[in-house]
Amino acid sequence: MYFTNNYLKQHRRNKLLKITEEEVAYVAHLARLDFTDEEHAKFTSQLNDILLYMDILNKVDTTGIKPMSHAIALSNAFRNDEEQESLSVEASLANAPDSNGASFKVPKVIE
Amino acid sequence: MKLYESTIHELEKKLRDGDTSSVDITASVFERIEAVEDRVHSYITILKEEALESAQRADEEIRKGAASPLMGIPIAIKDLLCTRGVRTTCGSHILHNFIPPYDATVITKLKEAGAVFPGKTNMDEFAMGSSTETSYFGITRNPWDLERIPGGSSGGSAAAVAADECIASLGSDTGGSIRQPAALCGVVGLKPTYGRVSRFGLVAFASSLDQIGPFTKDVEDCAIMMNAIAGYDAKESTSVPAEVPDYRSFVNRDIEGWTVGIPREYFIEGIDPEITTAVDRAIASIEALGAKCLDISLPHSRYGVAAYYVVAPAEASSNLARYDGVKYGFRAPGNHDLMDMYKMSRSAGFGAEVKRRIMIGTYALSSGYYDAYYKKASKIRALMKQDFDEALKTCDVILTPTTPTPAFKVGEKTDDPLQMYLSDVFTLPVNLAGIPGMSIPCGYTESGLPIGMQLMSGHFQENKLIQAAAAFERHLKLEKRRPLL
Amino acid sequence: MEYEPVIGLEVHAQLLTNTKIFCGCSTRFGAAPNSHTCPVCLGMPGVLPVLNKKVVEFAMKMALATNCHINPSNVWARKNYFYPDLPKGYQISQYAYPLAERGYVDVKTGSETKRIGITRIHMEEDAGKLIHDENTPVSLVDFNRTGVPLIEIVSEPDMRSPEEGTEYLHRLHEILVYLEICDGNMEEGSFRCDANVSLRPRGREEFGTRTELKNMNSFRNVQRALEYEIKRQQYILESGGSVVQETRLWDDSQGVTHAMRGKEEAHDYRYFPDPDLVPVVISDQWIEEVRACLPELPLAKRERFIRDYQIPPYDAGVLTASRALADYYEATTACCGRPKNASNWVMGDILGHLKEDKLLMSECPVTPQSLGDMIGLIEDGTISGKIAKDVFEEMWKSGKEPRTIIQEKGLVQITDAAALEAAIDEVLKENPSQLAEYRQGKDKLFGFFVGQAMKATRGKANPKLVNEILKKKLSE
Repeated sequence: MYFTNNYLKQHRRNKLLKITEEEVAYVAHLARLDFTDEEHAKFTSQLNDILLYMDILNKVDTTGIKPMSHAIALSNAFRNDEEQESLSVEASLANAPDSNGASFKVPKVIE
Repeated sequence: MKLYESTIHELEKKLRDGDTSSVDITASVFERIEAVEDRVHSYITILKEEALESAQRADEEIRKGAASPLMGIPIAIKDLLCTRGVRTTCGSHILHNFIPPYDATVITKLKEAGAVFPGKTNMDEFAMGSSTETSYFGITRNPWDLERIPGGSSGGSAAAVAADECIASLGSDTGGSIRQPAALCGVVGLKPTYGRVSRFGLVAFASSLDQIGPFTKDVEDCAIMMNAIAGYDAKESTSVPAEVPDYRSFVNRDIEGWTVGIPREYFIEGIDPEITTAVDRAIASIEALGAKCLDISLPHSRYGVAAYYVVAPAEASSNLARYDGVKYGFRAPGNHDLMDMYKMSRSAGFGAEVKRRIMIGTYALSSGYYDAYYKKASKIRALMKQDFDEALKTCDVILTPTTPTPAFKVGEKTDDPLQMYLSDVFTLPVNLAGIPGMSIPCGYTESGLPIGMQLMSGHFQENKLIQAAAAFERHLKLEKRRPLL
Repeated sequence: MEYEPVIGLEVHAQLLTNTKIFCGCSTRFGAAPNSHTCPVCLGMPGVLPVLNKKVVEFAMKMALATNCHINPSNVWARKNYFYPDLPKGYQISQYAYPLAERGYVDVKTGSETKRIGITRIHMEEDAGKLIHDENTPVSLVDFNRTGVPLIEIVSEPDMRSPEEGTEYLHRLHEILVYLEICDGNMEEGSFRCDANVSLRPRGREEFGTRTELKNMNSFRNVQRALEYEIKRQQYILESGGSVVQETRLWDDSQGVTHAMRGKEEAHDYRYFPDPDLVPVVISDQWIEEVRACLPELPLAKRERFIRDYQIPPYDAGVLTASRALADYYEATTACCGRPKNASNWVMGDILGHLKEDKLLMSECPVTPQSLGDMIGLIEDGTISGKIAKDVFEEMWKSGKEPRTIIQEKGLVQITDAAALEAAIDEVLKENPSQLAEYRQGKDKLFGFFVGQAMKATRGKANPKLVNEILKKKLSE
């Protein structure tokens, strides 16, 4: 079972780089996250460990296997085109960090 | 015995016989909360006034002859479930002030059944964790040893039941977040089949894995809770329209003639020897129960951690994109442009573990990596499910340890995320395959820490889990201990 | 070097369902901001989408009407990106397994018919609306539109001129409106178009670098934008430069396209199958059920009109501009049995009056039965064509039946030869000098006598008879 400390120690000895700091910066931007330099370095190292571990997935032969996106095979879950009550404007805006009572306010979007 | 120490079925009888009232039960639970909560910290939000009001209403219903077993019973709710008008934080700073305008379907069901809600319990932030150490609202401690963690992510719900701060509770399980804390806290926890219990109103972590389930003091209570929460919901497209059996009717049946599968891949090096001893004792009792053991193989389970840590973070990275400071939740103060607003709100709003998983997930889905990671992991899921389908043709239930170690110390694994992830090794495959799984207490360590054993069965066969679990519970006759609080 | 334009168009059409695609909020246009919103379309924590079956039916109709192959199973995918009008931080759309693929629309440019391929049609949800405040650094978000169902129709890059492009767009538009699944309003945004434009040397197979054009909110602007962009790219290539792959916005007031401001990021949408939704499985039976409900499509209807009513293609084109108009014309023809006459009256008088009074076809005060009746009354000689114009005016104003009006105003045509002879005799008697002039050779005065005869009979004389009788009498 791949959960022992021994396995991990062995892994880290290989020290192959799976992800660079540049890639980490790109992924952070995609996810709209900002890191301090310290966090950035720590995350890069931790992500490397995790991604290295995931290499074992490549050991499995999956030819001819269809990816499973749902545990149970369902299809055609429909509803009818019938109107349901909406929230009041007040309720919709109740949790808004910033609003003018009618709309949500955000910093100006530059097109 | 104090009222707060009772089970649902014990209280059901007392209420029916007029020997107690919901108000008394609820008051007793709050007495307990006030005595131990400052040390255990199971709750994020305590709802004393509201609970006592509900208790009064429940007592009226009981007087009128209402017969629901949960009528008037205090059930704690993991703060990952939306409760109308009541703050729902998911253990996160980013939702610290979010008040949902709607109830999750299971909450509606419990309200209809007359349950009383003492509060919302603590959890790992957005259900990401195995120790309840990542909550923005502080850690929860294991009632059996306050220096140790209760497990996670539903640590608060598990600890609350173990500490008698509620009669039963609801948690959620994506990779073991009910079963693992149940084992570490010495209570019963069940993760239903995917699609058995409605996810509507459960704040999503990994949509194809999440399920809501009960924490209870014994198996009969678990069956009662399952009867109340299981069932098809038209508001969830992945809800399965399968009939709900009367789970309670399976509690008093024996398992004569059953086959219990023992998967060899779950019983090798690295498990704490005290856990091995306790689980072996359970295996040894199988014959006495009139059943037989079968050696089975679940060869792809060894890839469970890797597959899980691709699929779950990938789905989570998408599910958590809605937390952007626009419509609800935390927004970074000050005047910023839009990009800064997004980044500052999310960076300050999310904790490190959540950020780590969002990063893994975003990476796994990003262009160039989708096939190698997400698609590959999804194929391995299919193989893992195949393993279980095959194995369950030859046995009624499968038995494994729930966790490789008993409760570890606070702070022990927080610096090594991969170590933390590996503690879910026995529970993850169950979520990946979508089958139901249950943990029941099966012993204690020398130092008095609870040990759990896990039972698994086929899709929509929770009745078999309950039947087997009840049989083991009766036979093992585990010493009824209480945490020294 | 001669360059050939290569144009592909992407159309987003809002579907006319009552409710949104994944929740029960109303899709009605023009409501107060954030009044048609619920936890689901607001993307609140814990909510889940459930598919509106009608969206699938409407989308299937469009797929069938454009000769597409409907996939037996289609799958929902998440398109992940951050924008304030996108509450979940992802749009539920379709990626690898869309509803339909490989269709076509036949388009007429000049005398030729060209087949424009449709690569795919898929379903997706619309985003909200952003309103930018002029004076403050703030934008306002209205989520009413979030979750309104859309179909995205992607064409093959088969068009070779702006004319082909707009013609294709018109054909697509008219099919959508005919099917009653979209109201096709470009100004309100229920029908949107983006274009992909590139140039390549004539004769070359390889495509050149393309730009994406957005912000064209009318058919005319699509044409103008395409024309401009082709010129712009041509100039670059002829000067030895290369076209940059980018998104450009059409600026209506300046008549140019601008590259989008700020660094254009290639979006990494991280598509993956949406785990909250299950596949849509479409059986052959369901396809046939929907096919049976399809109305006659514009192209088929035009061809049938030309063939069965023997009217020219131009007329057929005008009369089938909308289903309502086409139905009106057919009902009128059914009533009077005179397709050419009906065509003239409908194309001329009906359409003219509707335009003048700013009325919709459905608000027309004259029913097809009334019009048909009136045409019949002209044909059987009850009234003359000229009188009919007056009758029609009265019908339009009062909504009364033609027979009623004719009776009330005594407009029945005089066809009694004896009565006409008498009237004409009167006219000739009263105009001796003109009669003399005519007899001396001033032929033009014939028209004068006709006019006088019509005046004397208050326009009710049958013009043909008047002519005959006058001719006879004047030649005596």
